[in-house]
Amino acid sequence: MAVAGAGIGCAMSAVVVPERLPGAPADRQSIGAWGMMLFIATEAAFFCQLLFSYFYLASIAPGAWPPDGAPQLGLVLPNTGLLLLSSGTMWWAERGIRQGKAWQLRSGLLFTFILGAMFLGIQVVEYRHQHFTPASHAYGSLFFTITGIHGLHVALGLVMNLYVQLLAWRRHVTPARHLAVSNVAWYWHFVDLVWIVVFTGLYLAPNLR
Amino acid sequence: MANPPVDAATLARLERLWETPRGLRGILTTVDHKIIGKRYLITAFLFLIAGGLEAFVMRLQLSRPGEHLLSPDQYNQLFTMHGVTMIFLYAAPILSGFGNYLWPLAVGTRDMAFPRLNALSYWIFLFAGLFLYSSFLLGQAPNAGWFNYVPLAGAGFNPGLNIDFYVLGITFLGISTTVGAVNFIVTLLKLRAPGMSITRLPILVWGTLSTSFAVIFAMPALTVACIMLYLDRRVGSHFFDAAKGGSPLLWQHLFWIFGHPWVYIIVLPGISMASEILQTFTRRPLVGYSVLVGATIATTVLGFGVWVHHMFATGLPPLATTFFSAVSMTIALPSAVSVFAWIATIWHGKPVFRVPFLFVLGFIILFVIGGVSGVATAAVPYDWQLTDTYFVVAHLHYVLIGINVFPVIAAAYYWFPKMTGRMMSERLGRWNFWVMFLGFNLGFFPMHIAGLLGMPRRIYSYAPGMGWDLVNLVTTIGAGLFAVGILLFLINLVYSRRRGEPAGDNPWDAASLEWATGSPAPVYGFARIPHVESRVPLWEDRLSGIPGIRYELPPLDQDHETVGTSPLEGRLQAVLHMPSDSWWPLLLAVSMATATAGLLISLWTVSILGALGILGSVAGWLWPAPGSVAP
Repeated sequence: MAVAGAGIGCAMSAVVVPERLPGAPADRQSIGAWGMMLFIATEAAFFCQLLFSYFYLASIAPGAWPPDGAPQLGLVLPNTGLLLLSSGTMWWAERGIRQGKAWQLRSGLLFTFILGAMFLGIQVVEYRHQHFTPASHAYGSLFFTITGIHGLHVALGLVMNLYVQLLAWRRHVTPARHLAVSNVAWYWHFVDLVWIVVFTGLYLAPNLR
Repeated sequence: MANPPVDAATLARLERLWETPRGLRGILTTVDHKIIGKRYLITAFLFLIAGGLEAFVMRLQLSRPGEHLLSPDQYNQLFTMHGVTMIFLYAAPILSGFGNYLWPLAVGTRDMAFPRLNALSYWIFLFAGLFLYSSFLLGQAPNAGWFNYVPLAGAGFNPGLNIDFYVLGITFLGISTTVGAVNFIVTLLKLRAPGMSITRLPILVWGTLSTSFAVIFAMPALTVACIMLYLDRRVGSHFFDAAKGGSPLLWQHLFWIFGHPWVYIIVLPGISMASEILQTFTRRPLVGYSVLVGATIATTVLGFGVWVHHMFATGLPPLATTFFSAVSMTIALPSAVSVFAWIATIWHGKPVFRVPFLFVLGFIILFVIGGVSGVATAAVPYDWQLTDTYFVVAHLHYVLIGINVFPVIAAAYYWFPKMTGRMMSERLGRWNFWVMFLGFNLGFFPMHIAGLLGMPRRIYSYAPGMGWDLVNLVTTIGAGLFAVGILLFLINLVYSRRRGEPAGDNPWDAASLEWATGSPAPVYGFARIPHVESRVPLWEDRLSGIPGIRYELPPLDQDHETVGTSPLEGRLQAVLHMPSDSWWPLLLAVSMATATAGLLISLWTVSILGALGILGSVAGWLWPAPGSVAP
């Protein structure tokens, strides 16, 4: 019990009860931010399993992988650029509200929304040019499921973006309290990061061989 | 010391702030962790009874050779739903129930970090369970075993709705589990009483904390597998179709990447509850607290590296099977260390043999037996001989009943006074324990022998003259006795709820914080949030002469509030305004259930309706209340 006793000594001197306790923090220490981080963690595990499935089936494929040759990069390269740029505009938007520039937040969110929507549009165009479907072979199933589920995440990010824009226009976001913006920004950066991994694994790697 | 000086007016104000409204509105909108916890416990226990009845019918069928009480198809549905029920609808939710009820009290706060997510997680659990069980009404319950291997579960061999109920129901339920895990982690890291540093946590919380992280990383593997199987069955994709470049082994990998961590997810919280109870009844602080915590974390982490031991018979290369065999055997180390820590605690303590402690001792014995058969099957050649036999069935029941059900019953006896204010009958409890313990061993030990005699699992009947008649008859008798034990427990619950002796705040003279408040626990948890100065706060004054808790914070009786602390040191950081009752969790869960049902019957309009409901409920949930600042 000696150890516990020593611990008590420290705690006794450390306990200070302020006159007036601060309200809930709106920063990375807040419970809302922790919730978003854990959501992102489980989403990351989700994409890891999808990519595990891809590489597992690739590793045991008896014939060529991908069966119809490496995917074209013509559309996806600029599209990847758009998504990366949208991470930049999102960062700029969040920086804006921290510095109290509401216009920067609003326009940053709007740019991000436009770039994200363009990404989805180009992805649909790319889908229509594919000469295989999810029902062609296991590669087709994986390609469309992984990029499609990523696309759904982009779409969800756009819905979140709209919600935060609405909050911003209704003046519910302030420099001191903008957790909703930060959470949506973190989610958006995460979705972009996933795309970089998907792009590298599904598009770049087969072309490098 | 235990009860802080708080005047009656303050208590009345706190009561008004925290109580759930009466009537239907309160029932449907409550976010009180104590009510949700009790709902979890009761619902999960009802599923235990359902799964038990399914097992009982199967045992009647197997009690003698050539019995034809059930058709093969009925038997397939029963053993699948028995497994699904016990593993997904009982074993995990019952632990969430104890976690929900106990955590805020044990760490000295007033609710979970996300009270509305907590309500959501219960509603999804309830609806997913009802969804899975509604399959019986169509006579199309899941029928490919709880691990649902393809190609048997594919559209070719299984064209009915059976497997669709499985993949959709399990995916839906996974949302509840994930949301619950996030809630446990954030509650523990952010909402502890000031002074409760990470080294002063009650041992109770370590199991669920550790396995909540496992849920975050393991659950998605099952979700991915279920989505892929749904697409294979309904959209014509080829993930598991060997003819088109897919692989049935992909299902097995994904399932067990989830499945083995899940085994620890449904036992480690039970182990932690047992440690907590053991401490109280040995009348001394646990020997090797840090070692027990380390063992819990090590088991969780190692649990992610053993999944292939479920696949030794699938023809994987020897290098892979050897590696996974070695890691699987390594798990014996933290388990053995824990057993020795318990033995040392009992050895150095002054044990008091009350009913909860009897169940904990029963748990330790069954844990050792189940552990030994586990190490045995981790050896590749031994596993080749026994895989898919009753030996494995014996092993998994020793593990799951031994490490989940026995600690759960112990916990029910132990915390019943805190939940109801009354003691459970000690006399009936002793009968309960001995009937359950003897019935269990009589029923499940012979299964080892049936397996060694070569009896495969999942056969609906067997011919006479195989040498399996006696062991099966004994198993059925033992299982019946075990069921009587569960019945005694139920009788004790009902009897003690009405007639039990009044308990008082701390009937066991226990050390942890939940016993520092009233029994039943008041709606606001603690009238004043305590400062915690020790790992055994209610014993500290007797151990070192220094009080283990002090009350310095104001009662926070002006609003719906509790305090936030720092993750490691438990330093006081802020006053947190807590959400109160809300319709949104229920509406969101109903929308999700609608979307799931639409996917089952391929009515896309229903699914789209559900999706719109989901978006609407989330928007309503998150929209700032009038006059409030940003979240």
